[in-house]
Amino acid sequence: MVPLIIVVVVLVVLIIFVVGIYNALVRLRNQVDNAWSQIDVQLKRRHDLIPNLVETAKGYMKHERGTFEAITEARSKAMGARNVSEASKAEGALGEALSKFMLVVENYPDLKANQNFLSVQEELTSTENKISFARQSYNDQVLFFNNKIQMFPSNIVANSFNFDKRDFFELEAPAEREVPKVSFT
Amino acid sequence: MWELIRANKRNSIILMVLMAGVLLLLGYIIGSIFDPAGGFFGLAIAPQHQLQSPQMIKTNHAGLWGIAFAATLWFILMLISFSSGDQILLATSRAKPVTHDNYPQLFNIVEEMKIAAALPAMPKVYVIPDPAPNAFATGRNPKSASVAVTAGLLGRLNRDELQGVIAHEISHILHRDILYVTLAGIMLGSIVLLSQVFLRSMFYSSMMGSRRRYSGGRGGSQAQFAMLVIAIIAAIIAPIMAYLLYFALSRRREYLADAGAARLTRYPEGLAGALEKIANDKSPQLATVTKVTAPMYIINPFKKKKQMKLSDLTSTHPPISERIKILRNMTHGASIKDYSDSFTSVTNTKTPVPPAALTKEAVALREASAEARKKERVEKQMRQVGDIMRRINEFVFLTCLCGIKLKVPPNYKGNKVRCPRCKRIHDLPKK
Repeated sequence: MVPLIIVVVVLVVLIIFVVGIYNALVRLRNQVDNAWSQIDVQLKRRHDLIPNLVETAKGYMKHERGTFEAITEARSKAMGARNVSEASKAEGALGEALSKFMLVVENYPDLKANQNFLSVQEELTSTENKISFARQSYNDQVLFFNNKIQMFPSNIVANSFNFDKRDFFELEAPAEREVPKVSFT
Repeated sequence: MWELIRANKRNSIILMVLMAGVLLLLGYIIGSIFDPAGGFFGLAIAPQHQLQSPQMIKTNHAGLWGIAFAATLWFILMLISFSSGDQILLATSRAKPVTHDNYPQLFNIVEEMKIAAALPAMPKVYVIPDPAPNAFATGRNPKSASVAVTAGLLGRLNRDELQGVIAHEISHILHRDILYVTLAGIMLGSIVLLSQVFLRSMFYSSMMGSRRRYSGGRGGSQAQFAMLVIAIIAAIIAPIMAYLLYFALSRRREYLADAGAARLTRYPEGLAGALEKIANDKSPQLATVTKVTAPMYIINPFKKKKQMKLSDLTSTHPPISERIKILRNMTHGASIKDYSDSFTSVTNTKTPVPPAALTKEAVALREASAEARKKERVEKQMRQVGDIMRRINEFVFLTCLCGIKLKVPPNYKGNKVRCPRCKRIHDLPKK
């Protein structure tokens, strides 16, 4: 009788333990998903802001057609991205194009005094920040989740219920490693 | 970060239990005073023959009544502050709610920090129409939090600095500091109230004459007297103890919120610059602040003439120059551990960060935003030009340990000079 009780008690404790770990893992996975959706929202917002930005700046910057085209092209590529790795490449390129644009803007004092442009610029700056903070928080969550999945004892539960590792989201800036071209024309 | 939050909770619970102990003990001692049988120490002090009487052996009812009274007081205060605590604070500081339409940048920055901290909901944003630069956060949990900044703060800080301040406030929300500061504040309030009521009633009853002199014989009245002295001492010491505990908690939380802000923004210089600007501000102190709400603010809203060492024990905030130094000393990264390392190297004391939170993580620092970088470049050029002019005019240059460069004019009398930032004394080289 006594051994039976011990076995039952051990089993019950074990089940409670497993349920606890399982619930913690589900909660973490939801947090990761939520953090990802935050990035997604901000990326979409950036796509929405760009036409507005281009429209406001066009009148002032007649000689910067190349810059505008680069932004528009990067935007349409980013909007067409189908998976995470494609998106991180395209969004990285878009970010690059935008920061180049912001540097060019420095040469147009009239544009910088335009109230409409200033508000679009603030929105864009903030959206850029939000993307990078959302990425930061997503990567934190992913790190925490992946650690949990790989560490004992939660790895046993994670393996038997198919919790998969998640990828970090890094914005790749392709131009960052290139040497800037200088031309005197 | 999660470890920090967890360790924070544990430490707060320990503190709460300590404070609750002080409160209940105080209630017990004060209650015992009103027990005709001699109360708390009655059994120990009363003479042998009285021990036999059934009256003495029964439990100390008045002491228990005292505890009940203290607990009720605490419960009522708790109920009030939990149902409408943040509303009271916001209302007394005359904060006005704002939206994205009238304060786009402030609203955007709060949203950025909300995303960085992964808060479950957007905090409400308030602006206080006051020229003194300051900010605070309130709300019991991350789901229903509020952030308030003064108009003076908005006018003085650039984007990076404002972001640092907001990150500090969001860290308070994330670390559940507001809940614990509120709870500890209520506890403190109950202790102070209880001892005040007691001391005053003692004072008045002694004025009214010996109303409560019992016919219990000589031994009994001696015990009574001893009890009274103990209760009065307890009523004086308990609030002081509670104050010190409260301030210790609040200072520690400030450091941790700074660490959290550096980690969220990845840019410690933003908060450091903001603190410097706020500290050097000359406008009059915030109009609507009390000693109890002071720990909620980012820097101590009370202006002091002189920062004395003695006041360190009773101040709600760490010295601002030290906070700036710690933040500026973070050159390797922006993680909680980097902050803790910087803290120990600047202050030579034990880190305020709980050991469980000192996990190694690689958190790279971020560069300043374009706007701030450009300004910095211009300022640097101006400074270089100024230095060349001074060198021509035979100024003496000294570099202080805190990083500041001292420029001493040639007509300076005396051979010692004090650093304006860290107050170290330097010897001037002989000419």
